[in-house]
Amino acid sequence: MLEIKSVRSEIFGPLSLSIKPGQCIAIMGKSGSGKSLFLRAIADLDPNEGEISLNAKSRDAMPASEWRRMVGLVPAESGWWADSVGDHFDNMAGVAKMLAELDLPPEILSWQVARLSTGERQRLALIRALTLQPVALMLDEPTAALDRQATACVESLIQQQLAKGVSIILITHDEHQAARLADETYLLENGKLVKTSPEHKETSA
Amino acid sequence: MSSYISLSYFDLALAAVFIVLNGVISIAFKLGLAKKLLIVSLRMVAQLLLVGLLLSWIFSVSSLWLTAGIALAMALFAGREIWARQERKLAGIWGFGIGTGAMMFAGMFVTLIALNTQIQPDPWWSPRYSLPLFGMILGNTMTGVSLALDRLTAMVVREKNAIEARLLLGLTRWQAMRPFVRASLRAGFMPIINAMAAMGIVSLPGMMTGQILSGVAPQEAVKYQILVMFLIGGATGLGVIGATFAATMRLSDDRHRLRLDRLKSSHTPTY
Repeated sequence: MLEIKSVRSEIFGPLSLSIKPGQCIAIMGKSGSGKSLFLRAIADLDPNEGEISLNAKSRDAMPASEWRRMVGLVPAESGWWADSVGDHFDNMAGVAKMLAELDLPPEILSWQVARLSTGERQRLALIRALTLQPVALMLDEPTAALDRQATACVESLIQQQLAKGVSIILITHDEHQAARLADETYLLENGKLVKTSPEHKETSA
Repeated sequence: MSSYISLSYFDLALAAVFIVLNGVISIAFKLGLAKKLLIVSLRMVAQLLLVGLLLSWIFSVSSLWLTAGIALAMALFAGREIWARQERKLAGIWGFGIGTGAMMFAGMFVTLIALNTQIQPDPWWSPRYSLPLFGMILGNTMTGVSLALDRLTAMVVREKNAIEARLLLGLTRWQAMRPFVRASLRAGFMPIINAMAAMGIVSLPGMMTGQILSGVAPQEAVKYQILVMFLIGGATGLGVIGATFAATMRLSDDRHRLRLDRLKSSHTPTY
């Protein structure tokens, strides 16, 4: 259970949310409404105030590095520091399987980062975050640069994580995606979260 | 030092003929350099004459406090130079303080030890020895520190996504910034490493040449040069490491966040 109590920064808040294991919350809202900053605050990447805990363990009671390994954030813009793709992966467990599931060739690990497309980077960053096996996962527009087929692959990987009991916060501009994946959808507006959809997930055939 | 040949002002005027020759060439070919050459030559002469006067005065007064005051002034000027050479500066006192502090600490530490162990003039702070030595050490440390800090601040801005990606993968701030800290340290060490490698082969250093010209036996001049290079190398290294680590700490916080908000927002270099 990821519990977020009155988290605020200069732009937003106080915001509260609680997400059960296997639950997915979608957050929508205009660009600049603070959605990404909210996720950064939860990951403790920007200074912020508020109480956040994961399975009753308080964020402030542990080093931020340890917190981020349990509460993973995949930002909209991925970051790369080495020349080769493979050098960005410490732990190879499950990588080959996820590459296949996201429609990426296995040899992509030996490619140069510079030749990757934005969509490839986005999917690789998701896989990289999942290698840490986080308990909660925050995804900032994970399919923004993807075509329909790749989007479907990413969504099914998200479903898998939910089935494993991972709590997910998803930022998306696509209400259909929110309806497909999320148990609850919120709109972030004027620094406040407004619940927009009490209805249940669309069941896809 | 019987072989020391004193120069007259007429000798200097004669040497200036070469600069005049350059000026004539510039005018003949419309290179537009004549005026600049004239100004910079006059400026150099004025600066050096003044420094000569100042040094003879300081040597004759021979006061510990005056010497210390001059050393402090030199360090503050060098600190301003470090500050001005950074395109992205830390905001507030940190922008000036980290570079100046590290350079001053390293420079003073090495100079004080050298004066009290290897050179041992009487008194130990004798301005004739301490000020030129401190000046040489300071100048090189300044170059190293300013290159390292400039590289570090420019890099953390450019590589923000990469550093934050590493932080998000659960690395500590030191682990996450390590590749960029290393690149900054390399940039800071490069000039002194190059200088040491070229010493005596590509370049005959000014201090050594000066000593030889003024009649000191080459082997003695070489010994002095080796001493000075070790001192310069040591101080530059300490200054570069100190400044880079302090700046890395300031650019991050104890919750392992990258704190680019602690950089000044201006993009324009001030030099």
